[in-house]
Amino acid sequence: MFENLYLVYLAPLMGVDLILQGLFIGALFALIAYGLALVWGVMNVKNLAQGDMVILGGYISYQATLWGYHPMLAMPVAIILMFGLGWLIYALIIRRVVDRDMFTSLLATFGLSLLIQQVLNLIYGPEVKVAESGFGNFQLDTFIIIQNVRLYSLLIAGALAIAIVIFMKKSRMGQAIRATAQDARAARVLGINTDRVYAFTYALNASICGAAGVLVAMIWVIQPYYGIVYSIRAFIIVTAAGLGNLPGVILTGFGLGAWENVAGFMFGAEFAVAAVVIMLVLVLMYRLLQSYRVRQVVR
Amino acid sequence: MTVSRRNLFAYAFAGIAAFGLASGSASAKVEGDTIILGSAISLTGKYATNGIHAQNGYEFAVKKINDAGGVTVNGKSYKLKVTYYDDESTPARGAQLAERLINQDGVKYMLGPYSSGLTKAIAPVTEKYEIPMVEAEGASRSLFTQGYKYLFAVLSTSEQYLASSIELAAEVAKNQGKDPSEVKIAMAFENDPFSLDVRAGVVDDAKRFGMQIVIDDKLPRDLSDMTATLTKVKALKPDLLVVSGHSKGAATAGRQIQELKIETPMIAMTHCEAADVVGKYGAGATEGLLCPTQWAETLSYSDPLMGTAAEYDAEFKAAYPEYKTVPYQTAQATAAVMVWADAFERAQSFDPKDLRDALAATDMKTFYGGIKFSEAGNNIAKPMVLRQIQDGEYNVVAPSKWASSELRYPRQPQY
Repeated sequence: MFENLYLVYLAPLMGVDLILQGLFIGALFALIAYGLALVWGVMNVKNLAQGDMVILGGYISYQATLWGYHPMLAMPVAIILMFGLGWLIYALIIRRVVDRDMFTSLLATFGLSLLIQQVLNLIYGPEVKVAESGFGNFQLDTFIIIQNVRLYSLLIAGALAIAIVIFMKKSRMGQAIRATAQDARAARVLGINTDRVYAFTYALNASICGAAGVLVAMIWVIQPYYGIVYSIRAFIIVTAAGLGNLPGVILTGFGLGAWENVAGFMFGAEFAVAAVVIMLVLVLMYRLLQSYRVRQVVR
Repeated sequence: MTVSRRNLFAYAFAGIAAFGLASGSASAKVEGDTIILGSAISLTGKYATNGIHAQNGYEFAVKKINDAGGVTVNGKSYKLKVTYYDDESTPARGAQLAERLINQDGVKYMLGPYSSGLTKAIAPVTEKYEIPMVEAEGASRSLFTQGYKYLFAVLSTSEQYLASSIELAAEVAKNQGKDPSEVKIAMAFENDPFSLDVRAGVVDDAKRFGMQIVIDDKLPRDLSDMTATLTKVKALKPDLLVVSGHSKGAATAGRQIQELKIETPMIAMTHCEAADVVGKYGAGATEGLLCPTQWAETLSYSDPLMGTAAEYDAEFKAAYPEYKTVPYQTAQATAAVMVWADAFERAQSFDPKDLRDALAATDMKTFYGGIKFSEAGNNIAKPMVLRQIQDGEYNVVAPSKWASSELRYPRQPQY
């Protein structure tokens, strides 16, 4: 660990590179976690199929490369297709579990996750696939090489996040979603078609996953069973940021990406995940202490 | 008559046992002039592709052996046949199916499943019933440290996968007038049993030469990002980088080595072909990567039945036109069936115990390489070969005895 610290001391720019790379990774996690938080917050459904939807989006861009198109062109296609699929999944499955207790929705989305994996495995086989973007790199220093595809994905993730925030604040549907999240019964009383709101929310999340998946296929690799990676990180981020705190989700996503990368460098790659989870525990403990303090004030 | 509950269980158990015995003898190990081998193999699930490669290898061998007159035991010639069940790529199912093959189908001669994980699940079952199993697809070293008596593997074990690259690095250092102990090694291995076995082999060999291991990263099993490790590689400038992490590791390393413009003169990694790194990233970016393989069709191994490795390759492709290249998984599966045929002929018996002893005494040359089992059951007569990606082609460069091409050092990739 100390020799790694010493390396960064010798070449401080290497530290910059590590944090930059981490932020690029984090942007994608933030996007995926944002969708999870949306569904969780509005519908109280914990979508275990989150990561699998990401991978599904990845395969859409892979399919685009098979047909000879650039994977980036698959982005709008993935957004639209996944929106439709999300709506369909809602109508077929999620609608039936949305008012039940937590375990029913966990089971249903877990089943959905298995289904997506197996179908992808049947169609594309279990091999690892990538979608090559061919965007190249630019080099600032020996130690700072930015893969353009990661930079673009940061920009796209940012643009999508901003678009969603504006949508939630300004549009009629966005307001209805927020109202439903606050109190579904009250929203229903006031004439909001909560069933449609739920369908839209779930479909929107599927779209977000699809877009993220396209980027994942260009940056890393996809395989029918890799969804769990993204599900787990999305859950960690949402748990750490707290529900209903969407800006917090985005910040935590960036933080998790950067911390994971830096910790992987400092302590060795095998401790990267452990470092992230320990950080989660610390955040939760801090919050617990804080809430004690708040209660004392009230008393 | 009143039957107590305990007695009822006893009767039921006896009934089931009797049924098992009856059905076992009804479909015995040898039916008429056919010897039945059994295998649980992954035809669906995540190992399906390689499972099917293995199955095709088995079937090709069975056909060749039968066409050549079959197996002669006690003056009578027998045909081979394999009963397959799909283990769905899950170890628990594999173990169940092995029980079913042995207990219900009466199979006395087993062929292995695909992957170390499945073999680990099935070996205790075959061991319990004292049924010999010749496996071709489980390379994990830990399979051969359990004291199994009925397990035989034709392939090289996992710790040998990248060890040859260390030897090669030492050779290169000597040619340059350096001492091998000056060689600096960076290691990135996925944190799973197979890759850690590969790592153990590398560490042993590095110690033997007194080389310095400057990076020893164990990549998490889930996320496929190596940038932190590769940044370290850029800083520490090792002479050799070794990577192992299944197809995902190879695909990730292939991509990120290119993206981060890694200049290490020698890079060795497993699963290049499985991940199809040349197809994904092009010949320029992958130029000079060293990839170990169990077998290559350019090797000069041969045997009377299959001919040379190249002839096997050509004949297999003719029989299965969907294959553009023959994966080593297929070749070693074929070799496993040949080992069985050889054991039957030498044992001149159908008794599993006699056959086990005959298998243990196997010493044959095949198109797949030499086969001779250690006390532990792994094959010690065949080395791993190292191929280098040269202009998009995989050419054998080590060990020098089998090399078809000169090693290109340092590698000169085009990023």
